Amino acid sequence: MITGRFFAAGADRRIAITIFILLAAAIIVPLLNLAVSPASAFYVPSYIVALTGKYLCYALLALALDLVWGYCGILSLGHGAFFALGGYAMGMYLMRQIGSRGVYGNPLLPDFMVFLNYKELPWFWYGFDHFWFAAIMVLAVPGLLAFVFGWFAFRSRVTGVYLSIITQAMTYALLLAFFRNDMGFGGNNGLTDFKDILGFNVQADATRSALFAASAVTLALAVFVTWAIVGSKYGKLLMAVRDAESRTRFLGWRAENVKLFAFTVSAVMAGIAGALYVPQVGIINPGEFEPSNSIEVVVWAAVGGRGTIVGPIIGALLVNAGKSWFTGVLPEFWLFALGGLFVAVTLFLPKGIVGMWDAWRGNARALRAASIAEEAGTDPDVPAPPKIVRSAARTPGEWSTSGPEPQPAE
Amino acid sequence: MAKTAKRPGEFLLQSARTQNSNSSGIAERMILLRALGLMLLFLLANLLPANAAEADLRAIIAKFAAAANFSATETVVRELAATGDPLVERPLAALAEGDLYVRKADSLVFVGREGGDSVELLDPLSGEKSGEAAKGDITKIKVNNTLRRVIRDALGTLTLRAKDPAVRIAAAATMFKTPDAANIEPLDAAIAAETDANVKALFEQARAASVLVSDRPEADKLAAISLIGARGDRDALSLLTSVEANSQGAVKDAATAASGNINSTLAFWDAGQNIWYGISLGSVLLLAAIGLAITFGVMGVINMAHGEMVMLGAYTTFVVQEVIRNSFPGLFDWSLVIALPLAFLVAALVGLAIERGVIRFLYGRPLETLLATWGVSLILQQAVRTIFGPTNQEVGNPSWMSGSFDVGQLAITWNRLWILVFSLCVFALLLYVMKRTPWGLQMRAVTANRRMAASMGIKTPWVDALTFALGSGIAGIAGVALSQIDNVSPNLGRGYIIDSFMVVVFGGVGNLWGTLVGAFSLGIVNKFLEPYAGAVLGKIVVLVLIILFIQKRPRGLFALKGRAVEA
Repeated sequence: MITGRFFAAGADRRIAITIFILLAAAIIVPLLNLAVSPASAFYVPSYIVALTGKYLCYALLALALDLVWGYCGILSLGHGAFFALGGYAMGMYLMRQIGSRGVYGNPLLPDFMVFLNYKELPWFWYGFDHFWFAAIMVLAVPGLLAFVFGWFAFRSRVTGVYLSIITQAMTYALLLAFFRNDMGFGGNNGLTDFKDILGFNVQADATRSALFAASAVTLALAVFVTWAIVGSKYGKLLMAVRDAESRTRFLGWRAENVKLFAFTVSAVMAGIAGALYVPQVGIINPGEFEPSNSIEVVVWAAVGGRGTIVGPIIGALLVNAGKSWFTGVLPEFWLFALGGLFVAVTLFLPKGIVGMWDAWRGNARALRAASIAEEAGTDPDVPAPPKIVRSAARTPGEWSTSGPEPQPAE
Repeated sequence: MAKTAKRPGEFLLQSARTQNSNSSGIAERMILLRALGLMLLFLLANLLPANAAEADLRAIIAKFAAAANFSATETVVRELAATGDPLVERPLAALAEGDLYVRKADSLVFVGREGGDSVELLDPLSGEKSGEAAKGDITKIKVNNTLRRVIRDALGTLTLRAKDPAVRIAAAATMFKTPDAANIEPLDAAIAAETDANVKALFEQARAASVLVSDRPEADKLAAISLIGARGDRDALSLLTSVEANSQGAVKDAATAASGNINSTLAFWDAGQNIWYGISLGSVLLLAAIGLAITFGVMGVINMAHGEMVMLGAYTTFVVQEVIRNSFPGLFDWSLVIALPLAFLVAALVGLAIERGVIRFLYGRPLETLLATWGVSLILQQAVRTIFGPTNQEVGNPSWMSGSFDVGQLAITWNRLWILVFSLCVFALLLYVMKRTPWGLQMRAVTANRRMAASMGIKTPWVDALTFALGSGIAGIAGVALSQIDNVSPNLGRGYIIDSFMVVVFGGVGNLWGTLVGAFSLGIVNKFLEPYAGAVLGKIVVLVLIILFIQKRPRGLFALKGRAVEA
């Protein structure tokens, strides 16, 4: 049924196009990098492959955040933590692959442990010699953390800003923890100096291209999964919780379970993004836990358009391309630009680029489609998400009459 | 990396800087005391009986000229030291340095100061200039290491008789830390001569320490142990532990008992110190969070740029101090008083601009407000970085905030104490504004029921704008205080924002008392965890505790009571 809906034209055509572009990029970019001679005009330099591969991981992270923020109204300021945890799981696998080729040549311990006088491998490093184990951990660690955290938070109805602040506290606590040398994760230097992944040299062009392709395919898959979740009956529930949590609860749904599911799935997606990110940049350190990183992810999603599936991807690619360009040309103005972007997007572009595009192009058409659907007596498909976005933050009770926030005159 | 690596450290009390300013303050005071002491010395030296004694001293010093070898010189040194006159310090010190000369022409002894070909000759007692001589015309009095040791001992004993009590106290402290059986006799003499009760007690403790390392009878040692046990500080403890390790029988038992006693008193003082550090950290948190308690607590506006308001206040202090340094150096002690209203104004104006320019369009959309103010904070940070540069700026402590004083075993620094007092004053002032002024009444009315308040004729947009400006201004004056204990850099605010939110959320949104209790309890819990868990782990534990606490009471310690259906 899902696939049938997928191939149906209309509102979901955009998803199909996105997936198609991503899959095409996964094939064409590596080809242009490896098979075309560097002299050719079509040659894609290796650094571009690595850079865009990194952006695709960011896009996946932004999509993960969008699932909870755009569709469920949970503004998580701690998604960077899930990203980094996935990255650390992958980094630990890559560290174990170095074997005795480290600077100290110790066959059992990674370099930093030799340096910090570890006598034996800490228990939590066991198993990371195997890729399958690391892959499970990439999914399990962020997923479990999100599950436990969400279990407590949603059950006791911590909502809105409070939730944002405690997610920020969570990533901050992890930042402090991972900075400690005796945590056994390399302290403030993190994990780096990787050699092999699955027996292939991480530095090699072919591996880079393969990682790029993996990122693109994973992103395409994530787009499909998100679309499937959002489009299902469960997705409607998700949006119901976002728009009117207490009403949903009064109707008999367990809002906390709905949120918990979305939060956990989103954390797992963020973890995968981190795992793909680490071999491409070659390092993972506690800086990834910085609360400011997590907030930056929010602005990617906001720029592209939250509550849409394509929006966060576009936002992540655009903002990061802008960042790369700015830091190269006008390094001291990047923070001005980023800050301005935060303000401008919230003030003038609440629906993001994609939302604006829809509003601009589709107003008349949406009306027409709605009337046709009415005549035909069928339900219009998935309600255009941007329409609901406006009220995303309007969880009733959040500023109900005695609530602390000022309210707009109604 | 360096920047992020610093973050956990930044959160801790920035004690290094405070320590610095303390020691410089102490040094200043010492110089003052010494100057006073010298003046007294000169007065006395010029008065009646001194002249007779001086003549005797000169006679002894003249013997240096006749001393043909080291042992002869040593005899003279001992003779000089035996006079116990503080005046001999100058020639003895000069001798140890090899700066004591005999003029060949008349066999007079001088302190020489070498300069080029000739040597400037100074009177050995008064230090006044009395001519020059070519190097060939004078002979240096030679010293060897044995002689230097004799001189050092002699000088050490001499300082016990110094006119200046501070010098005597320092001498007693040195002797206590490096006990030596040879010190007992000079100390006995000094104790007999001492009139100041405090100094006398210190001398007795130093003597007791020396007795413990000597081969005096057991009874003496037991008395010494009880004396040192009564002193009860860390130095005493380390001394007693070493005695415990090196002795047998009754002495060992007594030392064990005494060190046990000291340990329990020290534990008590340690707890006291933790509480004080906790209160001190709490006052910093209170200052940082109290402005937020207004904007977040009362208005419900998430102001992520709050930390930057604190930073602006700190930079205002820096600018004020720069102007004062360059134009009115005499006013430096007043710099903070001048900076306070200015910092309030600067931060309040910026806050007003933010409210009018950004936040008022976002009321009712707290998550968007959070993002927009985060953007504002990035812009402010980068603006300050562009104008003042990324490095730390030098903000000085006025003299009344430097230094420290002791309460028992507890050293309390003035700047921490002032910040505590200041934060409580700000809190009281804010409480007064909120509860007793018409403006506060309007603020509370708008908080309680916006539409009703508007219907009663309150201009709610103005109340919002002014409330936000007030919260920002408070953050600005917090910046003035924090500039005294923290590094003034563009990242100053970042270090406080998460902690401030924790305080407000923990204490309960919309309740100033909650913020007060929240700040101090977080501060104290943090400092009590530190010795057991380490600074960083303690901080993590506190964060986790808060996260768990919010699960239990999502509206904080002192939640506002209302009839609303919670979402």
